[in-house]
Amino acid sequence: MTTPMLEIRDLHVRIDASGTGGTDGEAILRGIDLVLPAGEVHAIMGPNGSGKSTLAHVLAGKPGYEVTKGEVLFEGRDLLSIAPEGRARAGVFLAFQYPVEIPGVGNMYFLKQAVNAVRSHRGLEELDAMEFLSLAREKMKLVEMPEELAKRGVNEGFSGGEKKRNEILQMALLDPKLCLLDETDSGLDIDALRVIAGGVNALRGPARSMLLITHYQRLLDYIVPDHVHVLAGGRIVKSGGKELARELEDKGYGWLQAMRAPAG
Amino acid sequence: MSNQTLEQLAKADYEWGFTTDVEQDILEPGLSEDVIRVISAKKSEPSWMLDWRLDGYRRWLQLAEPHHWAKLSYAPIDYQAIRYYAAPKQKKQLQSLDELDPEIRRTYEKLGIPLGEQKLLANVAVDAVFDSVSVATTFKKELEKHGILFLPFSEAVRRAPELVRRYLGSVVPQGDNFFAALNSAVFTDGSFVYIPPGVRCPMELSTYFRINASETGQFERTLIIADKGSYVSYLEGCTAPMRDENQLHAAVVELVALDDAQIKYSTVQNWYPGDAEGRGGIYNFVTKRGKCAGRRSKISWTQVETGSAITWKYPSCILQGDDSVGEFYSVALTSKHQQADTGTKMIHIGKRTTSTIISKGISAAHGQNSYRGLVRIQKGADGARNYSQCDSLLIGDQCGAHTFPYLEVLNPTAKVEHEATTSKIGEDQLFYCQQRGISEEDAVSLIVNGFCKRVLKELPMEFAVEAQKLLGVSLEGAVG
Repeated sequence: MTTPMLEIRDLHVRIDASGTGGTDGEAILRGIDLVLPAGEVHAIMGPNGSGKSTLAHVLAGKPGYEVTKGEVLFEGRDLLSIAPEGRARAGVFLAFQYPVEIPGVGNMYFLKQAVNAVRSHRGLEELDAMEFLSLAREKMKLVEMPEELAKRGVNEGFSGGEKKRNEILQMALLDPKLCLLDETDSGLDIDALRVIAGGVNALRGPARSMLLITHYQRLLDYIVPDHVHVLAGGRIVKSGGKELARELEDKGYGWLQAMRAPAG
Repeated sequence: MSNQTLEQLAKADYEWGFTTDVEQDILEPGLSEDVIRVISAKKSEPSWMLDWRLDGYRRWLQLAEPHHWAKLSYAPIDYQAIRYYAAPKQKKQLQSLDELDPEIRRTYEKLGIPLGEQKLLANVAVDAVFDSVSVATTFKKELEKHGILFLPFSEAVRRAPELVRRYLGSVVPQGDNFFAALNSAVFTDGSFVYIPPGVRCPMELSTYFRINASETGQFERTLIIADKGSYVSYLEGCTAPMRDENQLHAAVVELVALDDAQIKYSTVQNWYPGDAEGRGGIYNFVTKRGKCAGRRSKISWTQVETGSAITWKYPSCILQGDDSVGEFYSVALTSKHQQADTGTKMIHIGKRTTSTIISKGISAAHGQNSYRGLVRIQKGADGARNYSQCDSLLIGDQCGAHTFPYLEVLNPTAKVEHEATTSKIGEDQLFYCQQRGISEEDAVSLIVNGFCKRVLKELPMEFAVEAQKLLGVSLEGAVG
């Protein structure tokens, strides 16, 4: 059997408040098991507060969480022991729900730094300004990003939709193996959603896996997943094919939350 | 950020901290009228210059060290423990730069300032000041073709005495303040610049100050005069060896811009900041002031202050000529145990005078960073305008940022605006960069450079790149 892209085994996570002087919080993830084979797209759905975003954050290495049990394998390697930038360079990409503004840092400059950090890790030559620019122009077409946005500071003064386009542009440029899309559809109107979904679909391929995190089924009309998992109370309570998303849309999450096993 | 990160941050290396072994002509520590006479004699000065110094010394004796208002704390300075003159021994007057002591030449090469005729920085003329004397000045002949004087101060006293007598002390008088008075008494070298009417200086002029000798203070004096309709861009850079003692640097810079003249003065200050425990480092007490004496004249100060244990400086503009313009662009970075109390004074006297203040303070580790700025609109300054923006960026939770704006508006037609912000480098910003493959260290440097962009773009190109690197290096070790 081939090694899956991502394998999550009995993952337990709680808020780590030690850095802020507070006390550690309660468990958010309570035993996640998930196998994501190469080339597949899986959706993680669930009500607010179910731990969806926490899962994406923990996979990307965001500080502030403590893994109390379990392990995560990325192409068979222990992912959790790698620093966040190391994970990014190895091919883990997180499209943020709330992309961060970095005033004064040119978007193109930032993207070039990122691309070259990843390229040099992979043993590729760094791109010079001209090479990068032509690559960026090509990828910008994918998400219909106006040239003018490239000249501004990173996400500085971008609308919600522009920020999300910028995330997918970065995904296209960094050529990741595992894409974690955290509520990429939130705050988008239908036209923007169509453009972004088009960009994401163009990036699907046999060597790339995606985890779509979403509250609504709407996104899945445009990016059709291979599997759908429902997260509730820090556990995957149901998995199925793409039709599961439709079922959730009709019935809501209530019936699944009732199925949730007692915490332990 | 974790405590470990902060510790590493505070321990970033200072790569300019070496010393140069040269034979020295050096005075014993101590200050008296006799010491001043010796300095004056070493420089073969005329008697008027000596009298001017002695006048400064007598005023200094009457003044008290300004301890009360600046937000700085340091042990009292023993002015009798400082050497007021140190110079590398030179056998005779240099006929060409190739005769320069190879040790000193190597020092400047290590600092990235080549002085050899073949390797001169393209389009930048350099005056190299080593402790108390100027050791080399490049492109002098080329500049003289345009009638421009770019001379070590000691030489200007001999070669252009009328200009020196007329303008020396005209912007910063001997008794202006404690440190300016001390400088007036014991100043050694520095640069003198005169741009004749209508001349646009064809290259950047720059002075590179290097403290080398121990227990020695550096007291340079710079005077720049831009005659009617002229333009000059001048830069200064500074470094010093790493030592456990604190060394005093008390300089005075005076700028004079006549009708329609423009002076752009840029500083990249990188004196030794002291170690992670706060031992050693330069005490930088500097008085910089420009007078827009003529109509439509303009003086622009840009400073990037990353070094020194203590920085006390307020590059200011006296906007005397109608329609004159003053600008102050500043980045001050304090890390380790560094303290900076810096800002500007914009004194609006002429009609329709305008001033702009953009200050960016960055504090990391145990650094304390204060912006202190005065905007005064005099009664006759009809239609004067000022815009001030003071932003502070904090890295970690043991540093501090403070803003002390002073406004004195005596004319009702004036428009004065002030904006201030304080922010922390967010975990979110760092994580965002890291998630894109950028290391935490590079991310800090990226965010800081973005924060300072408005100021850095005022620097001449080559120096903007240097300054960006310097900001990165000063925050090196920021990996958690």
